Amino acid sequence: MSERNVELEILRYDPDTDVAPHFQTYQVPCQEDWVVLDAVNYVKDELDRSLSYRWSCHMAVCGSCGMMIDGEPRLSCKTFMRDLSDKIRIEPLANFPIERDLVVVMDDFMDKLASVKPYLVAAEKRSVEDGSYLQSPAQLKKFKQYTLCINCTLCYAACPQYAHNEGFAGPAALALAHRYNLDSRDVGRAARQDVVASNEGIWECSFVGACSDVCPEHVDPAGAIQQTKIASTLDYFKDLITPGRDK
Amino acid sequence: MSRRPFVRTVSTTTWWLAQPRYIRYMAREVSCILIGAYSGLVVVGLLRLSQGAAAWTGFTDALQTPLSVGFHLLALAFALYHTTTWFNVTPKAMPLQFGEFQVPGSIIIAAHYAGWLIVSALFLFLSGV
Repeated sequence: MSERNVELEILRYDPDTDVAPHFQTYQVPCQEDWVVLDAVNYVKDELDRSLSYRWSCHMAVCGSCGMMIDGEPRLSCKTFMRDLSDKIRIEPLANFPIERDLVVVMDDFMDKLASVKPYLVAAEKRSVEDGSYLQSPAQLKKFKQYTLCINCTLCYAACPQYAHNEGFAGPAALALAHRYNLDSRDVGRAARQDVVASNEGIWECSFVGACSDVCPEHVDPAGAIQQTKIASTLDYFKDLITPGRDK
Repeated sequence: MSRRPFVRTVSTTTWWLAQPRYIRYMAREVSCILIGAYSGLVVVGLLRLSQGAAAWTGFTDALQTPLSVGFHLLALAFALYHTTTWFNVTPKAMPLQFGEFQVPGSIIIAAHYAGWLIVSALFLFLSGV
C-alpha cells in the first residue's frame, strides 16, 4: 500500500501556558486508506502525546471527532486523506470556545438541546404491561430522517447565524424538536414552541443552508427549520381566525 | 490545570467571504435590493403614464440609455438567481408525503418551474406578444 508524507497544521491551545491558540506542524507518513483521524492518532501515538482531541467510534456514529479540516467542519473519521492535499490545516470546531487543542466547550449546545425537550412527550404513560406505543410505517417515515442526528455539532460550526448570535437555538436542536413534533406518539409541540418559535429559535435562521451541507448524516436541519417556520406561521393565522382554539 | 476556554472572534463585516456557500447566500440576499429597485422603477413608470403621453415617452426614452439597459440586465440576472435558488430548496421547506410514498424533490422543483412557465406564458398572452 502506498505511503504519502502529509504536513498537518494543527491548532494548539494550552489554557495553562498559552495566551492564544497557535499552529503546530507535524509530518505524518499516511497510508492510502487513512482518514484524518488516523493521521491525528499517529501524531498522538508517535509524535506528541500532549495533543488533546475527542474521538470514540471511528465509524461516524458517535459524533465526537468533528474538526475544522481545511476550514470545513467535518467528521475526521469520515474524511479520507486521499481526498486532501499534502498540507492539511486542522482546527477545533468553529463557533465554540476552545477548551484545549481540538477540544471545544459544548455546554451551550447541550443546554439548547435540553431546552427543546428532545424526547417523547406522550399523552398518557403506558406501563410495560400496556405494551409499546404503536406507529405505522407511514407515520415513522415522516420524521425518520431527523432521528439520524448524532449531535456532532458540525452544523453549529457551519452556521453563521450561530457565530454572530450565541442565543440562537441552532440547527441540531431545532431539527430534533421538529423530529418529536412530527412524531405521531408525541403531544409536546405546544411545550416546545416557547423555545422553537421564539425570536432566537426558528426566526433567527435566515436559511443559509450551511448546516445541511455539512451534516454527515444528511439530517437536513435547514429543511426542518423551514418546515417549522411554515407550521408556526399557520398557527398564527389559525389563532387569528379561531381565537382560543384547542392546540 | 485550569479551565480558561479561548473564544475566537468572527468578523461581523467579512465573515461571508470565508466560504463560497456564504457568498452564494449573500448574493441571494442582495438580489432583494435590485428587485426592490426594479419594482420602484415600475411604480415610477406608472406615475409617468398617468401624467400623459409626453411624460410616458420621456420615461421610455430614459429606459433605452446604456445605464438603464445595464441595470435591467443586472436586475434580471439577480432575479433569475433568486428565483432558481429558491425553487431548488422548496422540497426542503415543503416535502410531500402520501402514505409511505415520499414525492421526489425533483418533481416538486419541476412543478415550480412548470408553474413559472405557465404564469409567464399567460402574462405574455395578455400583453399581446
